[in-house]
Formats: sequence, C-alpha cells, structure tokens
Amino acid sequence: MTTLLDKEAAPPRDVPARGGGRSRGRRNWWIYLFLLPTVIGYGAYTVYPLIASWWYALLDWPGFARTGTFVGLENFRRLFEDDLFWNAFRNSLVFLVVAVPLRVGLALALALVLNSRRTPFRGFFRTLFFLPVVTTGAIVGIVFTLLLDASGPISLGLVKSGLLDSPANFAANAGTSLYAGIAVWVWKWLGITLIYWLAALQTIPQDIHEAALVDGAGAWREFRHVTLPLMVPFLVIITLIDTVAALNVFDLMQTLTAGGPSFSSEVIEIYIFRTAFQATVPELGYASAAAVLFGVLTIALAVGQAVGVRWARGRMGTS
Amino acid sequence: MTRRRRSWLTGIVLAVVAAVWVYPFVWLVSASLKSSSEVFGKGLDLVPADLRWENYARAWTDVGFASYMINTVVITLGTVFLVIVRSALAGYVLGRHDFAGKKALIGIFLLTFFIPEGYTIIPITQLTDQLHLLNTHVGVILGLGAGGHVAATLLYAGYFRKLPKELEECAELDGAGPITIFFRVMLPLAWPITATVFILTFLFAWNVYLLPLVFTLSDPDLRTLAVGMTVFVGEQSTDWSGLAAAAVISLVPAVAVFAVLQRRFVDSIAGAVKQ
Repeated sequence: MTTLLDKEAAPPRDVPARGGGRSRGRRNWWIYLFLLPTVIGYGAYTVYPLIASWWYALLDWPGFARTGTFVGLENFRRLFEDDLFWNAFRNSLVFLVVAVPLRVGLALALALVLNSRRTPFRGFFRTLFFLPVVTTGAIVGIVFTLLLDASGPISLGLVKSGLLDSPANFAANAGTSLYAGIAVWVWKWLGITLIYWLAALQTIPQDIHEAALVDGAGAWREFRHVTLPLMVPFLVIITLIDTVAALNVFDLMQTLTAGGPSFSSEVIEIYIFRTAFQATVPELGYASAAAVLFGVLTIALAVGQAVGVRWARGRMGTS
Repeated sequence: MTRRRRSWLTGIVLAVVAAVWVYPFVWLVSASLKSSSEVFGKGLDLVPADLRWENYARAWTDVGFASYMINTVVITLGTVFLVIVRSALAGYVLGRHDFAGKKALIGIFLLTFFIPEGYTIIPITQLTDQLHLLNTHVGVILGLGAGGHVAATLLYAGYFRKLPKELEECAELDGAGPITIFFRVMLPLAWPITATVFILTFLFAWNVYLLPLVFTLSDPDLRTLAVGMTVFVGEQSTDWSGLAAAAVISLVPAVAVFAVLQRRFVDSIAGAVKQ
C-alpha cells in the first residue's frame, strides 16, 4: 500500500505552491486519494446497508434463496400485526426508559463523590468502577447467568442477608428477566458514564465552589443551585449518548437470557437476529422491515440529539 | 461531625460499594480455580479447596480458546489498523483542506453517526457474501472497520485543523509531496489522537459480538473469544469451572491493556465527550 502511494506521490514540482489560477483539481488529486478508503469503506459498509435495508424490507426473501421477490409493504403490514415484534419493541423502550436514567443518575451521584477533594483514594475507586467497561458484553452476559443462578452467589447472598425469602433466578423469571438485564447493563457501563460526568464536573472552576463555601451554602444547596444548572448541557449530551448505547444491547441480552423466558426480555435486536439468522426459515426481508422500523426510531433519537446538542451549545455559549 | 471523620465515612461507604462492584470478577477468578462441583456446591466461599489450574489448560487446548484467541487478536489488530489509517487520511484532508463535496461528506457522517449495528447487519452480511469474504478474517475486519467510526475521523480532523499552516509550507519548500508530508510529519504529530483511536477501536473490536457471530455461524475455525464462549456454554453446559477459566482467559487481555494505558483510557473518553 505504502509503496504504491509513494510511487504515485511524485509531486508536480514545477507547479508553484500557491499559484492562484492553476487548475486546483489537478494539484489536489491526492485529496481524493486520501479520501478513497473512507469513501469506499463507508459507502459500502455504512451508507449502502442503510439504503439496502429499505429495499430488503420490501422483499419476501427466505434466507436460503439468492434473492427475494418484491411484495411492497406486505412485510410492514405483517409487522403491525406481529405481537412478538411489538413485544420486542416495548421491551426495548422499557430498557431505554428504565436503564438510561439509572445509569446517568447513579453515575452522576458517584461522580459528585469522586470529584470531591475530601474523598480518599479517588483514582483507585474510579479504576474499580471503570473495570467492567473494558470487558466483553457477551462474556459478561454468560458469567451473570452463573452469578444469577438460583444456587449462585447473588441469590444465596440475598437469602442469607434476609432480603429474599427463597433462592431465585432473576434472569430466568418472566417478571424480572428484563430488569435483571437492565441491572447488569447498568453495572457494566456505569464506569464510562462516570468518566463523562467527571470530565463535565472538571469544567466548573474551583473558585465557584469556593464562592459557594464563602456564601455558606451546604453541599446540597451548592449542588442544587450551582452545580446542577452548570451541568444541564452535559446532562443532555450524556443522556443522549447513553440512550443510543441502550439500543446496542444485543451481546449482553442474547447471552444473559436470549430474550427469554418466553420472550419476556426479547429486545428488538434479538428479534431481528432471530428472524434473520436463527429461524428454521430465515426471513431476511421481514427482519429488514423490523430493522427499518427500529432504525426510524433511532433516527428520531438522533434528530433529538442534534436539537439537544444545539440547545446545549447555546447554553454553554451564554453561561 | 468533623470533616476528617466525614471523609473517612465516605471512604468506607465507597469501599463497600466498590467491593460489590468488583465482586463478579473476584467470584469468576475463584470459580475458575475450583472444581465444577465446588462452584455451586460450597455456598459463598470464595477460596477454592485446592487450586485447579487444569481448568485453564482444558479451556485453552481442549475447548479451543487458543485458536479463538488468535482469531480475536488478528481481527482486533486488523480492525484497529484499518480504522487508524482510514480515519487519519480522511481526517487530515477534512481538517486542513477544502475540496468539492466536503460539506456533503460531513453531512453524511453526521446523519449516520449513531446507526446501531443491529440495524445494518443483514445487508452487511449479504455484501460480504457477494464479495466471497464470508467466513474469512478479512471479511470480519472489513465488516468491523470499513464503515462507521465517524468519531475517529472527526477526532483526527479536529486535531489536524489546529496544527499551524507553516508545517506544510516548510516541508513543501524541502520538496516533500503531500503523501510524504502526511506520513513523515502529520501522522507522527497526531500520536495523541492515534492513541485515543487505538484504545477506543481496540475496545470495540475486542468486545464485539453480533457481527463475528453472524459471520462465523458456519465456520467454527473463525470464532472469536466472545463467540467461542457462547458455543462453549451450549456444548458443555455443566463444566462451570472450565467456563469460568475460559471467561478469565477472554477478559484478561483487555483488562491488561486497560491496566497499562489507564491514564490514557480515561483521558480519551473524557476528551471524546467534551468534543
């Protein structure tokens, strides 16, 4: 690769470096060479799949066939009547609505403690809380199937401490499986949100804190009237980052519960995976239609993100 | 309550919470050294009766985690290399030069910033199949690194934009062409961004699950650690200690990289959110 580039690199020496009227296109051919890997790669692996999904969504395409037959909006009509699709959709929304505030809120509380100069061993604690972030989601899911087993340590510990009457497996119970997944997800990712918050808190100048002390504000009042208003723009950004992250939970949920028992924790990604790759008759078109509906939701969130960031930037500019 | 006492109290509460936080890892390491019947048979006791290192040997050779490890390393390094080269080249051009279509390119980047992988996995699989790259390392690496990673490109663009214009002018006077300037001057200067992109991409590629799973459904020789773990669960569902050992083997490299580059990890992530 490098040798190929070097050979072509011989620059046209006679062209003056800043010659105004000279054909810019000829002189700047290398710009497009530099862009080539990204344009081809991004085009083929990000933009094309986005467009292709919409096309696939209009096809009846059993997985073993070379290609599908056009059926128009039939897949979408079927999706609207598919209880399992809406079940998965609802599970994904519940996941979002419960897990994101938990992750953002707990991380903020922890960040406030770890940001205080009076807290001992701050760096050490930060490292411990960050540790789960670097681990593999799929493996965390498997390890927690053991930890959450009815005869495993979590159940035993809860029974021994009197918080639980009899041993229970929260991941294998239809009423709690989704929430078990949420708890593990918050555990795994809290550390990264903690780092976001610590970075945000670092932007508050130390003299503001001192001014609050001089004015006799207690810890709570300082947080409520000084820290919190300054943190609002970051709250928007961090919440939106974590919201998008909450749509990427396939690895953890597939290995922890595989959507079960009886679809009680099946999020939309597992639904798509199951329909496209695991069914006895894989339905690529139908799964694509589900992905497209899912994508519309994500795009709506991305638009919310753009609006939110713009608003946050405005606030940062004025404060 | 005096300040000193209060800070000690905070420390103790934090220590308890942190102990709960890392408990799963402690339990995992302990289980990996027990016998399988001991894992669930001995209640909350974390200390193994005797250390059974053979669990690791079993996971490494019999179950095939040695080859899963090689696959994961190859795929991770390939993806990291691809993302760094591609993002640095594009970031350099985006950060320092004007060209036709620049606005359109940035617009496309921003529009597609947050596409979750579950959304495009079907067309990516079809594309890879048509390129005859399904069930190859290259196919997985392209799937993971060729698209996406807009953040890496934008980080490079932001960094290159801030470098002084004189750098190129001097190099041009010395007769260097744009490609020499980039590889000899610009890319070395951007090492902090390269470190950040390395860390973020390494984490992503080492831990990714869906794409390797789908791409290797029909070829066990290509399994990564994450995929291998799930297969292990399906096939040997009662070998708890072997499973725990395999999990430790899979998690250690990423934790080791984190331990070595800890400071930079935190700065990278903090820097990314401030952008």
